[in-house]
Amino acid sequence: MKVGILGVGLLSAGLDGWLKGRAVLAGTSSYRPGSVPEPESSLLPANERRRSSDAVRWALHVADEAVRHSGLHAQELATVFASSGGEMAVLDQLCRALTTPDRAVSPTLFHQSVHNTAAGYWGIATGCQQSSTALSSYDDSSALGLLEAVAYATVEERPVLFVAYDLPSPPPLDCARPIRSAFAAALVMTPSASGAPVHADLTLATHTKAEISGMEDQTLEELRRGNPAARLLPLLHALAQPGTHRASLNVLDDQRLIVEIES
Amino acid sequence: MPPDKRSMTPLTLSAYTLVTANGRGIGAVSRSLRDRRTGLRPCNFEDALLKTYIGRVDGLEDFSLGNGLAPFDCRNNRLAWLALQQDGFMVAVAEAKQRYGSDRIAVVMGTSTSGILETEHAYAQRNPRTDWLGDDFTARYRYTHNMFSSGHFVRACLGLHGPALVISTACSSSAKVFATAARYLQAGLCDAAIVGGVDSLCLTTLYGFSALQLLSAQPCRPCDEDRDGLSLGEAAGYALLESSANVGRKGAVALLGYGESTDGHHMSQPHPEGLGAIRAIQQSLERAGLVPSDIDYVNLHGTATKANDLVEDKAVHQVFGSAPVVSSTKGWTGHTLGAAGITEALMTAICLKEAFVPGTLHCERVDPALKSRVIRNNEARPIRLAVSNIFGFGGNNCSLVLGVL
Repeated sequence: MKVGILGVGLLSAGLDGWLKGRAVLAGTSSYRPGSVPEPESSLLPANERRRSSDAVRWALHVADEAVRHSGLHAQELATVFASSGGEMAVLDQLCRALTTPDRAVSPTLFHQSVHNTAAGYWGIATGCQQSSTALSSYDDSSALGLLEAVAYATVEERPVLFVAYDLPSPPPLDCARPIRSAFAAALVMTPSASGAPVHADLTLATHTKAEISGMEDQTLEELRRGNPAARLLPLLHALAQPGTHRASLNVLDDQRLIVEIES
Repeated sequence: MPPDKRSMTPLTLSAYTLVTANGRGIGAVSRSLRDRRTGLRPCNFEDALLKTYIGRVDGLEDFSLGNGLAPFDCRNNRLAWLALQQDGFMVAVAEAKQRYGSDRIAVVMGTSTSGILETEHAYAQRNPRTDWLGDDFTARYRYTHNMFSSGHFVRACLGLHGPALVISTACSSSAKVFATAARYLQAGLCDAAIVGGVDSLCLTTLYGFSALQLLSAQPCRPCDEDRDGLSLGEAAGYALLESSANVGRKGAVALLGYGESTDGHHMSQPHPEGLGAIRAIQQSLERAGLVPSDIDYVNLHGTATKANDLVEDKAVHQVFGSAPVVSSTKGWTGHTLGAAGITEALMTAICLKEAFVPGTLHCERVDPALKSRVIRNNEARPIRLAVSNIFGFGGNNCSLVLGVL
């Protein structure tokens, strides 16, 4: 399946935006994780911004960056949001509320607990009425999300916004699902590769000897292993440099999603 | 009508199965539809003190998942397991594995809350001093509550090695699985797909919908002029989807089209004019290469909340006028949330196969504000083409067109 890539969004400590992050991934500037960046959430109306979770703000931040760079309008784009656990912080608050004597659950908290909360807020913020899918595949959520987005673009012949995001789980859920640091990335993709500055060719390979791509930099490799959304790093690494590069993403230990990037 | 570029090859539902509060397997569900026997009962779930009715599946407390499946044990996966045992579904999948290979069959599941009940229990029993949730919960979170749990579970039970994912877009989850599977098949990512949905009762949804003041104190009454909210239910179901070019036996039920959209309006309220719903329905017809007048029956989302039924009626009437008969089956099952898509797609399949349409159970007097042709009583009538609507939180909509080959 061939697609064009028109825009990229990225947010993580030391990878604050695609411009800076690209330089780090291409090796032209050094990776210094430092402090956790604050997502920009001006897209949301003020009252929603106050109430929205960090996960929503991180997802919308990278979605907005990728769409701005793409030159396309958010309303044209179908969306695919991939996250291993979605709104873990909201689920923690809900489960706490359910242990109180009157089990008083906030209605707002409840409707913000669904896996498609970020996807829903993106639609509300942009007025987009296209198809929107939110999914999970545990550690391989971002690979399956990418596959869904590319299949959408190819089969439906429409442009698509793909967002992958996972944040550290709050205690006490952090012991059950340790995620070390926050990471979010987004891609805007078009069905026709022609005209796009960057092309991607994706193959779902079985019985392959292709090893799962890792990161050479040890700290980036730890980031990749410690966050399901950061499993996209080898793909972003391939995107960061001119020329032809390949990234191989794990698909449930049986298959590989092999992405050839040409720019 | 000539197929346009967006039309799709029909996908045969070569096997399917369903467990709801009305019974285990297609035969039991079909009989309950014909007998107009509801699965709803006064809420007796755990210690939930709510004045509401629930569509609870019997027997989920009477067994646990053992052997290799023990880590997956939770209410949601027990329900998923129970449904796998019905209607010869496992045998049909084994045959498909022989035809295509275990790596050429995808698993696309839908759920809204996965196994959250396990986490609710762990929080209730957590160490008050340290908040520690316990070794067993911590070790099994991945297999129970994580959103991928049911996809992982079904793939493991069926011994499949292809791609697998869980779609979680609230109530539309297991309707959208059909769309994703159709794309996978068309893109050649697999040769067959298991689509399904499972959602089970939990305190989160009971108290959450109660907080939103959307639960009725009576069995839900879709489309009734005095309807006052929904009843929650639980269900699991699956379909084996294959290209009709491979398994096109005459008389089989097939997916002919799908439409997906969002409202871009509000997290928990539908767009007042039903614009997103209209878009999803129209897209599903276009993809099937059909026009509205081709459709004989519309299975409504019909949750029995004031707002949903009114807005859905506007959308359905705008597209179809009052020609096709329409009804909601939520009076039998309750709203099974992330499993509603598969539940109602398969109930629609039953109607197509058995030439009858279930009238809307518990609807005493159709709301005069509704313009569509809502039926209250069961009708024996052959239907060839039907639409099933599902709309959910986040303004996420999906419509499916099903027909007989």
